[in-house]
Amino acid sequence: MEDIEHIVKKLKLIDENGVRLDGRRFDELRPIRIEAGILKKADGSAYIEWGNNRVLAAVYGPREAHPRHRQDPAKALVQCRYNMAPFSVTDRKRPGPDRRSVEISKVISEAFERVVFTEQFPRTSVDIFIEVLQADAGTRCAGLTAASVALADAGIPMRDLVASCASGKIGGVVCLDLNKDEDNFGEADCPMAIVHRTGEIVLLQMDGHLTQEEFHKAMDLSTEAAKRIYELQREALLRRYASVAEDMEEPRGGVPEPPAGVDEL
Amino acid sequence: MDGSYPARRQVVIPGELLDERGLKPGSGTFREGGKIFAARLGIRSEGDGYVSVVPLGGRYIPGTRDAVIGKVIDAGPSHWLVDINSPYPAPLHATESPWRVEFGDTERYLRVGDAILAGVLAVDEAMHVQLTMADREFGLLQGGQILEISPAKVPRLLGRQGSMISLIRDFARVRMFVGQNGRIWLDGGPDDVAHAVHVIHMIEDYAPLTGLTDTVREYLESAYGRPATGPTERD
Repeated sequence: MEDIEHIVKKLKLIDENGVRLDGRRFDELRPIRIEAGILKKADGSAYIEWGNNRVLAAVYGPREAHPRHRQDPAKALVQCRYNMAPFSVTDRKRPGPDRRSVEISKVISEAFERVVFTEQFPRTSVDIFIEVLQADAGTRCAGLTAASVALADAGIPMRDLVASCASGKIGGVVCLDLNKDEDNFGEADCPMAIVHRTGEIVLLQMDGHLTQEEFHKAMDLSTEAAKRIYELQREALLRRYASVAEDMEEPRGGVPEPPAGVDEL
Repeated sequence: MDGSYPARRQVVIPGELLDERGLKPGSGTFREGGKIFAARLGIRSEGDGYVSVVPLGGRYIPGTRDAVIGKVIDAGPSHWLVDINSPYPAPLHATESPWRVEFGDTERYLRVGDAILAGVLAVDEAMHVQLTMADREFGLLQGGQILEISPAKVPRLLGRQGSMISLIRDFARVRMFVGQNGRIWLDGGPDDVAHAVHVIHMIEDYAPLTGLTDTVREYLESAYGRPATGPTERD
């Protein structure tokens, strides 16, 4: 870090005109692209490109929870594993779980536990895998956003999609969706995740310091951005299933269906 | 696809508002604050005062009276444990089998690895599943092969009132069981089985965008070089 100390002092993360290093304004997101259902073997999957972040999410389940003693007789477990590929950052990331990834896995599982109808699948687990292929700050938000699409793709019953976004402070200005440089050299970063329909916040963390006023500003920015992200998630799912719907046999109504299923010549 | 029921094929995502005017919540939905929302991704469907979501994917969750194809994974002294492709292990008690099984003599009738056609006798709220084979239609599956598709696509394979199944049967002389858990057992001549398998894969991959039944019929007609004999049904 020594050799870059001097850069920090000269580096202007946001200039007089309110333009950031990558040309964005304070309330602009990086370009986001989401694709649903890209892995064949997983029950549900999604891929997200969020600026320079590349994240893959896969969902399995509900399936029998292992180890057995972790099973809950009343509801399903939501287990998440957030993992960064060794090649996802400039220096090689030492593979395997570390303090940071264990924490992120935990907060993401807890966020999804709030929306998944866990009580419908006692004794099972819903496993979410988030693999960061390329990291550029905001991977937990990208991962959570992709995992939410993957959960829907897996046909898991849930109350709503969860959209996630971060805001922070750089050069004294509260800004949306910090990139790597802004995150490293900025003053604060505050990721959050929100249930679109109810406005319930299911994840909230902060690194650095914000005054109460700044915090509210950051939350407002993230909340607005989450709405846009939700639309992208929705579009990704509709794109994936639009052609399928075209060709559905007439869906059976909500009335109990006859025990069809057995057919023999 | 003449557009006579346009609203029928609307894809909904979890949390999407389905109704706020007096319909009753059907499967795949939930009610919150007097409104009904989709609980899962699927196709919105309405009927008999209910609004529900027909799933497009997801695991097989056993339901009472489902017919399923299972694989015996363990044999106890008075029961077998059967894998039915669901998150829950399904025991089949000896008294629910078509045989008179002496205590400890279960493996004389079904061994680990055997494939069976069974029914779901009961599922309680804790999702404890019980299977049964005590019916003429159930039994041990010998020979043939088993195919697995997504359980959500089983209704498509069956078609309306079994139209797709009868179409396959019209051409391919195969014996065929379709389990609600997405497993299909097939037996017959190698050519017939190959054609049937191809059709099942076609159905699974949603290969055509419109008129699946027609595409399947075309395939079978060209494969067998004769027109369908059954009543020509349209999608």
